[in-house]
Amino acid sequence: MAETGELNRRVFLLATGALAIALVDCNPRQAATNGATRPPLMPDQLDSYLAIGPNGSVTVFYGRIDGGQGLETSIAQMVAEELDVPLERVRMVMSDTARTVNMGGASGALGVSRSGMHLRSCAAEARRLLLEMAGDALGAPPDSLSVADGVIRTSGGDATISYAQLIGDRHFAAKLTWNGEYGNDLMVSGKAKIKEPSEFKIIGTSPRRKDLPLKVFGRLDMVNDVRLPNMLHARMIRPRVAGAVPVSVDESSIADIPGARVVHIKDLLAVVAPKEWNAIRAAERLKVTWSESHPNFPGHEKLHEHIRNAPVIARHIETENGSVEDGLRNAARVIEGEYEFPTQSHASLGPACGVADVKNGEATVWTSTQKPHYARDGIADLLGLPPERVRAIWMFGTGSYGRNDQGDATADAAVLSQHLGVPVRVQYMRHEGLAWDPKGTASVNRSRAGIDASGKVIAYENIGKAFSRLNTATNEGSAAHVLAGHLLGVPLEPEQSFNVPIASYTFDHKRIGWEVIAPLMERASPLRTTHLRDPYGPPILFGSESFIDEVAAATATDPVEFRLRHLSHPRDRDAVRVAAEKYGWDARPSPKSAQRNADVAIGRGIAFRRHFETFIALVAEVRVTRSTGVIEPLRYVCAHDVGLIVNPETLRHVIDRQLVYGTSRTLFEEVRFDENMVTSVDWLTYPVLHMNSVPQSIEIELISRPESAPSGAGEMALGLVPAAIGNAVFDATGVRLRRVPFTPERVKAALA
Amino acid sequence: MAERFTLTVNGAAHTVEVDDPSMPLLYALRDELQLNNPRFGCGLGQCGACTVHLDGRAVRSCTVAVSAAASAKITTLAGLGTPQTPHPLQTAWIEEQVSQCAYCINGWIMTAAALLEEKPKPSDEEIKTALSDLICRCGTHGAAFRAVKRVVES
Repeated sequence: MAETGELNRRVFLLATGALAIALVDCNPRQAATNGATRPPLMPDQLDSYLAIGPNGSVTVFYGRIDGGQGLETSIAQMVAEELDVPLERVRMVMSDTARTVNMGGASGALGVSRSGMHLRSCAAEARRLLLEMAGDALGAPPDSLSVADGVIRTSGGDATISYAQLIGDRHFAAKLTWNGEYGNDLMVSGKAKIKEPSEFKIIGTSPRRKDLPLKVFGRLDMVNDVRLPNMLHARMIRPRVAGAVPVSVDESSIADIPGARVVHIKDLLAVVAPKEWNAIRAAERLKVTWSESHPNFPGHEKLHEHIRNAPVIARHIETENGSVEDGLRNAARVIEGEYEFPTQSHASLGPACGVADVKNGEATVWTSTQKPHYARDGIADLLGLPPERVRAIWMFGTGSYGRNDQGDATADAAVLSQHLGVPVRVQYMRHEGLAWDPKGTASVNRSRAGIDASGKVIAYENIGKAFSRLNTATNEGSAAHVLAGHLLGVPLEPEQSFNVPIASYTFDHKRIGWEVIAPLMERASPLRTTHLRDPYGPPILFGSESFIDEVAAATATDPVEFRLRHLSHPRDRDAVRVAAEKYGWDARPSPKSAQRNADVAIGRGIAFRRHFETFIALVAEVRVTRSTGVIEPLRYVCAHDVGLIVNPETLRHVIDRQLVYGTSRTLFEEVRFDENMVTSVDWLTYPVLHMNSVPQSIEIELISRPESAPSGAGEMALGLVPAAIGNAVFDATGVRLRRVPFTPERVKAALA
Repeated sequence: MAERFTLTVNGAAHTVEVDDPSMPLLYALRDELQLNNPRFGCGLGQCGACTVHLDGRAVRSCTVAVSAAASAKITTLAGLGTPQTPHPLQTAWIEEQVSQCAYCINGWIMTAAALLEEKPKPSDEEIKTALSDLICRCGTHGAAFRAVKRVVES
C-alpha cells in the first residue's frame, strides 16, 4: 500500500537520524530548506527568519506555532505581501529550537500583532536588500526598479532578475536591529519601511488555510504519530488520592504482559512496553501501595466559600482614581454584586502526548506544547543538560489553548527516556487529560457601586479573588513548572498573580484590583492553576460585565446606553454601537417586563471588553425555559475591532469557533472534585457543549481599521460569553445568574 | 499468546499479530499499520476522535476489539477520499474551512459520511442528532453542520 510504504520510508529516515529531511519529505507542509547549512541562529540576523531557495521559494522561520487558528497562512500572507511574491511560494517552519528563534510560542494571541509584524519587517528588509543587489546587477538605481512575483524589473521593463538568481540558496548575512529580548518581547526591524495599506495586494484577502487539506484527508502527522526505532510506549501511574506517593510497587502484577516494565524514580511512576496496548494494560493492572494522603480539598460545591474566606497572600490594585470610600459615603444607595466562576480544565480533545530521545548527553523532544523554546530550557533543567544540547521540535497536536498538559507529557517522556536510554512516547489517558492538567482558576468577583440621588454612578469597585493564574508558570522554562519536576522533588517557583478587566469605563471614584489565595495543595496538585484560554477573561468579565448590567438595571437605564455613557474611547464606543445596531437593539432598561410569568422567555444581553488593542462587544439572545432551567443561545452578534485585518475570513472563523467554545465554558464546564481528588475524569463527569447547544446563528461584524496596527483575536471574544448570556437571562426573567456554569439545575434553582 | 488477524483497511489486506485479541481496533490501525488518522481521544467511546467505518457503519475504533473487526471492511478518513478523488464532505470541509486543530475530524467526517450514505437528504434535525455525540474543543460544531448542509443541498 502506497501510504504504508511512505510511512515506512519515514521510519527508515528517522532511523538514520535525518529527521528534519524525513519530515519534510513526508509532509508537504514542512518546507524544504537549506536548514543544515544555515548560519547560526542569531536573533539579530535576517537569515534567522527568512531564506530564499534556488527555485525562488521563501521559507519563513516562525518561532511560534499555529494551533489551528490559521496563523501559518496569515503570517505567510504578511511576508508574501512585503516581498511581493505569490503566497503559494511561502513556506512556514514553526517552532523548532534548532531552526527558529524563540518568538514566544503561542501566547496572548500575539501571533499576528507581534511576530507577524516582525516578520513583515524582515520581509521588507529582504526586499530592500534584493533591490540593492538587483540595482548593482542591472546597473540601475534601486528606487527605479519594481518587483512582481519575485522578479525585479527595470523601469523600461527591458531587464529583469529574479530573487532566486540574486540570492537563491545563499544567505543575506544582514544585520537587523534587535531589542535584546526573546519570546513575546522580541522585537526586530530593518531599515526598510513596511508597506502602506493602500499598497496591499495580499494582506486583507482571504486565501484558504494551508494546513486544512492535510487534516481533511487524514494525512497530517501529529506529535502522537512520531515513531522512533526501539521506542517504548509509556503510561504514567497517578494516585487515586492527590498527594499520595508510591511506597511500593508489585512488579509481578504485570509479569505476564509482554515486555512491560515499571519505571519508578522518586515519586514518578510509569510503566513502559514496546507495544502501546501492553503499556495500557500494564497501567491498569499494576499493583501499587500508596502513601496516606489527606488533601482535605473543600470540594467543588464549597470552593467559592473557601475562596471567600481564605487569607489573601497577594493583592494588587491595578487602577485607582478618586476615593471609592468617599464616593460610597456620599452615595444615595450602594449596590453590591458577587459572581462565582468555577475551576475549568483545558480538557483538550486529545490527552497530551510527547516523545523524547535522550542519549549521549543530548536530547531531542517532539512536542505539541505551545512553548517549545521554553520547554527546551525546562527539559534541560530537568535532565541536567545544557540547553544547547536539547532540541525541541514542535508538531501539530490536539488543540491547545493555554498551558495545557502537553508540556507535562513531554517532560515525562524526557525523564523516562533518559532513565531507560531508549526513545519513549508518553500518551496520557483521558482521566489524566481532565484530572491532572493544570487548571484555569475559580474565582469570586465582587463589585460595589455608589449611585447618587440623580441616578449617576459616582463610585465603582471591582475586585477578583482567585488562586494564582501562575501557580504553574505558563512557559515551562524550568523543572519546577512541570508535573515531573514536582514528582522528582525540585524546589517550586510559584508566582502570585491574577488580573483585572481593562478599566475602560470612567467613574469619578474607581478602584479595580485582584487578590490571590494560597493553592489547595503545594506540590503535584491536580488542581494547580495556570493559563487557560483567555487566562482571566471569563472569570473577571463574568463579574464586571454582569455587574455593569446590574447597575444599569438599578438605574433603569438601557444597558447599551449605560455603557456608552461611561465609555470615552472612540473604538470602545464603536464596538458597542456596531453590535447593538447590527442586532437591532431595542433601547429599554432590562428586564423585559412582559414575560415575567411565562415558562419560556426570550431576552438579550450585551457585554463589552477591550483587551490589548482589540475592542469587542457581544450581544446574545437566549431562550430560557423556567420549568427545565435550560438556556438555549439563539443568536449572537459580535462586533470585533482588531485594527488591521490580515485575513478576514480566517478572522471570522476564529471568532465564530471561540464563541461556540465560550458557550461551552458558560453553560457546561466545571471541574468537580471531592476532599481527595478531582472527580471529573471523562466526558460524562466533565460535561462540555455538544451540537444541540450551539447558537442557532452567529453574526460577526468586523470593524476594519487598516491604519491601526493589528492586535490579537485568538481568545478575546470568548471571555464575553458568560456575561452576555447572563445579562440576556436577566433581561428575559428578571433573575441574575451569579454562578457559572449555568446548568439547568442551577438555573431552575435561581428562577424558583 | 499472540494471535494473527487479517484486517481489510482502505481496500488492502494486512496481517497483524496481537498479544491480546480484545485489543481495540484503534491500536491495530495506529501501531501495527501506522495509519495515523484515527486518533486516541478518550478510549471510552465518548468523543469520536477514533471513528472509522466498519462495513459502512461509523464505529469508534477504541471500543471495537480487533478480533471483531477481522471480517469487516474497514475504512478510515484517509481511505474515504483523496485530494484527487475527494469525498464531497472533504471538499465541503475545505470550502467551509471547518476544522481548527482537527484532532476530532475523523469523528465528524466519518459519522456524517455514514449518515449521508444511509440518508442522502437528512433534515437539519437529523444531521444534528447524528452529530450530537461528537466532541470538538475548538468549537467547530456550527461550521461542521454548515459543511454537511452544503453537501446535502448540492
